[in-house]
Amino acid sequence: MVVQALRDQGVDVVFGYPGGAVLPIYDEVFQQNDIRHVLVRHEQGAVHAAEGYARSTGKPGVVLVTSGPGATNAVTGITDALMDSIPLVVLSGQVPTFMIGTDAFQEADTVGITRACTKHNWLVKDTANLSGTIHEAFHVATTGRPGPVLIDIPKDVQFASATYTSPQKAKTSHYQPTVKGDMDAIKELVEAIEKAKKPIIYTGGGVINSGPAASLLLRELVDSSGFPVTSTLMGLGAYPGTGKNWLGMLGMHGLYEANMAMHDCDLMINIGARFDDRITGLVSAFSPNSKKAHIDIDPSSVNKVIRVDIPIIGDVGHVLEDILKIWKSRGRKTDKEALQSWWSKIEEWKKIDCLSFKQTGPVIKPQYALHRLEELTRDHDRYICTEVGQHQMWAAQYLTFDDPNRWMTSGGLGTMGYGLPASVGVQMAHPEALVINVAGEASWLMNMQEMGTAVQFRLPVKQFILNNERLGMVRQWQELLHGERYSQSWSEALPDFVKLAEAFGCKGIKVDNPDDLDEAIMEMLAYDGPVILDCLVEKHENCFPMIPSGEPHNKMLLGEATTKDAIGKSGAVLV
Amino acid sequence: MSALKIKKGSTKHSAYNLRSDFSDVTETHTLAVLVDNEAGVLARVIGLFSGRGYNIDSLTVAEVDHTGHTSRITIVTTGTPQVIEQIKAQLGRIVPVHEVHDLTVEGASVERELALLKVAGLGDKRVEALRLADIFRANVVDSTLESFIFEITGTSEKIEAFAELMGPLGLVEVARTGVAALSRGQ
Repeated sequence: MVVQALRDQGVDVVFGYPGGAVLPIYDEVFQQNDIRHVLVRHEQGAVHAAEGYARSTGKPGVVLVTSGPGATNAVTGITDALMDSIPLVVLSGQVPTFMIGTDAFQEADTVGITRACTKHNWLVKDTANLSGTIHEAFHVATTGRPGPVLIDIPKDVQFASATYTSPQKAKTSHYQPTVKGDMDAIKELVEAIEKAKKPIIYTGGGVINSGPAASLLLRELVDSSGFPVTSTLMGLGAYPGTGKNWLGMLGMHGLYEANMAMHDCDLMINIGARFDDRITGLVSAFSPNSKKAHIDIDPSSVNKVIRVDIPIIGDVGHVLEDILKIWKSRGRKTDKEALQSWWSKIEEWKKIDCLSFKQTGPVIKPQYALHRLEELTRDHDRYICTEVGQHQMWAAQYLTFDDPNRWMTSGGLGTMGYGLPASVGVQMAHPEALVINVAGEASWLMNMQEMGTAVQFRLPVKQFILNNERLGMVRQWQELLHGERYSQSWSEALPDFVKLAEAFGCKGIKVDNPDDLDEAIMEMLAYDGPVILDCLVEKHENCFPMIPSGEPHNKMLLGEATTKDAIGKSGAVLV
Repeated sequence: MSALKIKKGSTKHSAYNLRSDFSDVTETHTLAVLVDNEAGVLARVIGLFSGRGYNIDSLTVAEVDHTGHTSRITIVTTGTPQVIEQIKAQLGRIVPVHEVHDLTVEGASVERELALLKVAGLGDKRVEALRLADIFRANVVDSTLESFIFEITGTSEKIEAFAELMGPLGLVEVARTGVAALSRGQ
C-alpha cells in the first residue's frame, strides 16, 4: 500500500536504509520495479540525498528509514530541510502499536522527537488511514512554504491490509495557504517602484521554491525595470549570475557592492527571503533609510526581524505576475534619471573589486581553485553542491549560477556533511549532468561513507575537496575573535584521499601545485565515474569580504589589513 | 489583566501595525486557537511557545465540536506587540490549526475563569470566610467541620482578589482552570 501511494504521487526514487520495523515496506519495494531505492550508508545521508534530489528537481524527496536509531539519525537532515524549506516526505518504521510505550527494542518517540523539526508529522495507528495520510503528507510538504514531513508507521499497521485510497479520493486538507497577494499592497509596491531613486531587489530561496516560472518573472522585472538585484545564499541562480543587473550575493560574506547598495537604497524589495541574521548584520542599523517591501508565502517571516512597510503574503510567482501586470498597465514607469546616478554609484563600489585575489607562489589559493573550476566547467550542464564553511562561501562568490535549482547548499542549519550525500541525490535525478560537490576536508569526512553509495549506484559525482587541513571558518573566527588561539580547529591524522578513493573503488586525484590544477580538474571531468579530487590549498586563507558580527552592512572588512579588533564585545557573543 | 494601551475594535490590523515602530511595551493578549483535535496538537502549540521563548500565562483546552473534532485552545500570553504578532503568525503555521483569534484586539470579549479554593479554619475565621465568599458570589461545594471548598467564577482579577483575601483566613490549596474567553456580540 505504501509503494502504491508513492507511485501515485509520482515518486521514482526513494532514499533509505532498512531495519526491523520497516521490513514489510522493504518487502513491497523488493517486489516492484517502478520506484528505485537508493541504499545509503547512514540515514542522515538518505535525508541529504533526498534534499539534493528535491532542490535540483523541484519535486519532493522521499526517505525511508527504520524505527529508533534510523529515525534519530535522520533528525539532522530533517532539521536542515526545515530551515531551508525543502519538501521531503520521510517514512519511518515504528514498533508495533501494542508495544509503543514499552521501551521496546529500537523504539523511540519519533513523532515527539521530530515534532519541532518537521512541518508536520503523523503517527498512523490504523492501516485504513495509511494511504490517505501519505497523500495528505505530500500535500502539506509541497504546499505553501515547503518543508519536511514525517509519517511514523508501526510495523503491525504495515502488515495489516485495508482498502487503498487514491490521491483523488483522499480527504483534502484544510491546509491551503494563500498564494495570491493582496492587490492593494501590490499597487502600493508598484507605486514605490515607479518613484524609487535608489532601488534594490533582494531575492531568496522562495523564488527557487516557487518554481522556474517565478525565476522568469523575476528576470522580466529586473531587466525591464533596470533595478539592481542581489540574492541570499539560497536564492542564487534565480537571476543569472551573468545578468547585467546582478550585484552578487549579499550578507556576511556577500559582495561589497551588494551590501553597500542594501545599506544606501531607498526602496528594498525582498522577494522570498527572510531577513536572516547572516543577511542583516546589525538589525538596528540595517538599511536605515529605505522603504521595505517583503513578498513571502509565510506570514510568520514578515515583520519577524525587520519591520517592513509593504508586506505582501503570497507565492512569489503569483505576486510577481500581478506586480508586472499592474506596472505594465500603468506604463512601466521608473525614475530613469535617478536610476542612472544610482548605477554610477554602484559602479564605484564595484571598482573596489572585493573578490580580487593574487595567485602567487607554489601554493594553491582556494579562490584560484574555484576560479579555475568555474572556467573549466562553465559550459557543462552543471549542478553544484557544497558542504559548510569557507569553501561554501568561496563557491558562492566565485562560481556563477545562471539557472535556478543548480545550487545545493545547507544555508539555514549550516550542516557539515551535507554536500556529498546531496550530490548523490542530485546525480540520481540528473544522471547525465555534471554534479560537483565543492567541499572542505573536515565537512566531507562527516558523511564520507556515502562515497560507497555513489560507487554502488555508479553515480559519477565529483568531490572537489579544498583541503586546508583546518576547520577554516572556525579558524578564521578564532583569529578574529579569540586572540589567534586555534582551539581544536585543525585536522590531524587526515586520510590519504587518493588511497581512500581507491578503497571505495573510485578514482582519487591529488593536486598541490597551481600549475597542475587545470590538468587535475580536466582529469576529474574526463573520468567516467565518481572522483575524489584532493586539492591542497593555502592553510591560513581567510574568507573576505566579511561583515563582522554586530556590525552593519557598510562596515565590511575587505581584507587582512582591516581585521584587527574588528569585532566588538557585543559582536563577540553572536555566532 | 493589565491595561491595554492599544486601540480596540480593529479587526484586520494588529496592535503592532498601529504603531510606528517596534515597541518595548509588553502587553497581555488572549488568543483563541481553533484546532483539529488530533494526537499531539497541544504538544505542538506548547512546543511552539517553549521552543521560541514565548510566555504562557494561562492555557485552557477542550474539544468544543464533537462531530468536527475541533478543540478550542485559549491562551493568555504576554509580550511586545512584535512578539504577539509573531506568536499569532507562528500559530497559524501549525498545520492542524484552523483559526487564530486575538480577542484582545478583535473587539470586546468576555473572559472567565473558574477556581476551587480550599480554606481550613475554625471560629471567626470560618465565619469571615463564608461572609466574603457570599460577597464574591462563591459557592460552597464541599464542607467539613474544619474546612470549605469554594467554587468561584469570574475574571482572573476577581479570583486573584478572592484568593488574596482567603490567604489569612486559612487558604490551603487553589486549583484554577485558566481563562476561557469569547468575543462579544455575533
